[in-house]
Amino acid sequence: MANPNGVGASVRRLEDPRFLTGRGNYTDDFKRPNMTHLVHVRSPYPHALVKGIDASAALAAPGVVAVLTGADMEADKVGSLPCGWQIHSKDGSPMKEPGHFPLARGRVRYVGDAVAVVIAETKDQARDAAELVVVDYEELPAVTASTRAVTAEAPQVHDEAPGNLCYDWHLGDKAAVDAAFAQAAHVATIDLVNNRLVPNAMEPRAALGEYDPSNGEYTLTTTSQNPHVIRLLMGAFVLGIPEHKLRVVAPDVGGGFGSKIFHYGEEAVVTWAAKKIGRPVKWTADRSESFLTDAHGRDHVSHAEMAMDQDGHFLALRVSTLANLGAYLSTFAPSIPTYLYATLLAGQYKTPAIYAEVKAVFTNTAPVDAYRGAGRPEACYLIERLVDIAAGVAGLDRAEIRRRNFIPASAMPYQTPVALQYDSGDFAKNLDIALPLVDYDGFAARKAASKAKGKLRGIGFSTYIEACGIAPSNVAGALGARAGLYECAEVRFHPTGSVTVFTGSHSHGQGHETTFAQLVAERFGVPIENVEIVHGDTAKIPFGMGTYGSRSLAVGGSALVKAMDKVERKAKKIAAHMLEAAETDIEVKDGRFTVAGTDKSLGIGDIALQAYVPHNFPLDELEPGLDEQAFYDPKNFTYPNGCHVCEVEIDPDTGVTQVVAFSAVDDFGNVINPLIVEGQVHGGIVQGIGQALLENCVYDDESGQLLTGSYMDYCMPRADDVPSFTVRYHEDQPCTHNPLGVKGCGEAGTIGASAAVMNAVVDALSAFGVTHLDMPATPEKVWRAIQNATPALAAE
Amino acid sequence: MPCTVTMTVNGKTVSREVEERTLLVTFLRDHLSLTGTHVGCDTSQCGACVVHVDGRSVKSCTTLAVQANGASVTTIEGLAAADGTLHPMQAAFREHHGLQCGFCTPGMVMSAVDLVRNNPTPTEHDIRDGLEGNICRCTGYHNIVKAVQAGAEAMNSPSAKAAAE
Repeated sequence: MANPNGVGASVRRLEDPRFLTGRGNYTDDFKRPNMTHLVHVRSPYPHALVKGIDASAALAAPGVVAVLTGADMEADKVGSLPCGWQIHSKDGSPMKEPGHFPLARGRVRYVGDAVAVVIAETKDQARDAAELVVVDYEELPAVTASTRAVTAEAPQVHDEAPGNLCYDWHLGDKAAVDAAFAQAAHVATIDLVNNRLVPNAMEPRAALGEYDPSNGEYTLTTTSQNPHVIRLLMGAFVLGIPEHKLRVVAPDVGGGFGSKIFHYGEEAVVTWAAKKIGRPVKWTADRSESFLTDAHGRDHVSHAEMAMDQDGHFLALRVSTLANLGAYLSTFAPSIPTYLYATLLAGQYKTPAIYAEVKAVFTNTAPVDAYRGAGRPEACYLIERLVDIAAGVAGLDRAEIRRRNFIPASAMPYQTPVALQYDSGDFAKNLDIALPLVDYDGFAARKAASKAKGKLRGIGFSTYIEACGIAPSNVAGALGARAGLYECAEVRFHPTGSVTVFTGSHSHGQGHETTFAQLVAERFGVPIENVEIVHGDTAKIPFGMGTYGSRSLAVGGSALVKAMDKVERKAKKIAAHMLEAAETDIEVKDGRFTVAGTDKSLGIGDIALQAYVPHNFPLDELEPGLDEQAFYDPKNFTYPNGCHVCEVEIDPDTGVTQVVAFSAVDDFGNVINPLIVEGQVHGGIVQGIGQALLENCVYDDESGQLLTGSYMDYCMPRADDVPSFTVRYHEDQPCTHNPLGVKGCGEAGTIGASAAVMNAVVDALSAFGVTHLDMPATPEKVWRAIQNATPALAAE
Repeated sequence: MPCTVTMTVNGKTVSREVEERTLLVTFLRDHLSLTGTHVGCDTSQCGACVVHVDGRSVKSCTTLAVQANGASVTTIEGLAAADGTLHPMQAAFREHHGLQCGFCTPGMVMSAVDLVRNNPTPTEHDIRDGLEGNICRCTGYHNIVKAVQAGAEAMNSPSAKAAAE
């Protein structure tokens, strides 16, 4: 009988009771004896010299313990925040990598750049005193728009990056692309902006630093998706603390979406300050501070062209992108608009030649780095918008042009012209499931019904693919990663048969405590409540690369399988000894170890007990204990893919767009917990809808100020902005190279949704001659597009 | 100037000396160590801080502790029965996977309970409209809506009504 809590079961989450009763433990919930509170003094200017800092009034304020500045950090030889990925320009030169200090040294480069910190007995006292710190700024000209940053007269953000250029990179075969364009029957062209976003995990970032002088150990509790990475980066590069003296804990974390991958200066500041003042130091961001200082996402400006033959077959794709990296390089920033973007430009299509150029620039804005999807939503949006335009140019139905160009399942594994090798996927099948699901044939009637009540209706497709489960370390290393990207797991059976799993993956909403426990329950037949998943603490877990890029199950889960394989091998040896049989005669099923052809068997619980009570073990051959560790480094990326279909209705009088239906058909390979997978898809879709219709991070290019710095100005999707969804998946195309056959599901919704929504919006507006709108399609933008339509079209 | 506030929180009378500017959420989190109530923004938009004051949902980040002087306050920690049995709304959120990272959850559940008390049989539209003041970044609201519908049904059952009285 299948395990009711095993693989494929929608097990209700084991972590939920603590969250539902207010017993989660988030970083700001922690209190320590004698703890102090830290508040940052941040630059109100986008670009300025810091000529002096007068802290005397602040130091005299009630409760103030210390005021510390960049000069104090410099005196203590605190280093620059490191960048984890190096990109080389077309000419072979390495990217420009200016210093990025936790507290500014002499010059600030964006509104929110940290200048000083005030530490006090209470947060209110620290806040009050921070107002009293007098900073002498000399304002410098600033630039926030990437398109202006590349102009000759633009202010220079870093002296060492002339023209504000970080790198000028390319990928693909330019000559082959040029040749294909020369022969094209049709060419489709698009210019588009991928709008800048603020990730907005609901828990603001926070960090608590502690130092124990009795043993020289530091502890950092932080809102991180990858505590071991923070330990490595902060310990080795910023503060010079050896790893055995630095513990990093990422307890319950309230959402990440990429923004909590990176090593932020505040983490180093509280850790360093804790030793300096000899007391624990806690910092928690206000939401306004999160808007200013969390790494932002997207911010691309692109031009793209697709060459086609007479029948609408894609011949070549040419893409040129300008990416805004912000004022400094965040941890993984350089990799996002390059190896996580341009490598996905083949999409689901057999386009034989692709060439992409990416210029990445510094501006006086917050750093830009991975945000849910990270490069792949930008690629998907560009391709899928371009494919819709191509359908118009070639005179084909938008579903048909996709089908005509899909890489067939029979061609897998498929080497794209932009470095990746897709292992599996049946893109036509996704579309075959989607079309009847959304009643594509009935769309014309629904459009007519909408028209009858004065509304414009549109339908849009997005047939997306992404590369997840980052990554094979050897490939990532060859592409510039400065770290390996494996994962670690340890499976410890206790003498009484319960199990603790230590995983380097980190859950900040994904439900690992349930999904990973299901894998153990399935494999060994232990009750799921006897399995504990431990994550987020460098003192407990051997090592870990953390959670991002939809990698937890594909990489972390595979590491867990590998560790369980080792446990089973050891358990088999113990069983053979106990049952006085040859190891080769032991058969294993559902956690029972049976001598083949007999009724002699032992359960894993009995074996675990014997492992720890080895009174008659042959100790030369068999060690006591049942506790195994494994590292898993994937052989390839995984390639989740699917077909998203969105239907919108637009009120032409107000420009308001309503998403009236959204369906997702996904291929995530095998699915362990359908309930959790569907939840990931729902959330992802809404972030994609948010980008398409609501969210936009806006800096004023003249003043350099962030105009959308709160929930009053930045439009987050709310319950009444979105519909319920239709979500389907199939498991016919499991990943071919990891032991679970899983591909990952965390980012798919966000990657696929924006393009589907915008294709639907443009379809609805096509009667007005609209061929493209940049996101977000706000009521004003839609209304103006209608008003600006040619009168002949508008009258129709 | 410090002042003394006294209120009933989750059935217990508490009294503390606080600064006048102390927010109710700060009082709950820092003075009473009831950290289930969260702060997700500074503009009274996100709803992570929702608690019940005299039976009505309020955003505790926009309420001074002194405004709740003499009131009866229920936080997420006080919603389940004394024996630990989850409130029907809490149970429905778990059953329908209405939470992921859990950070918005306390406020979302407290708002949902108040919504159903005022509208025992809400439609999907009513729920989406009623929870407009609570932002969730993880779930896409789909399963929250399902959970609130199920929670409302469960709250309307005779046994739940009896327990609530």
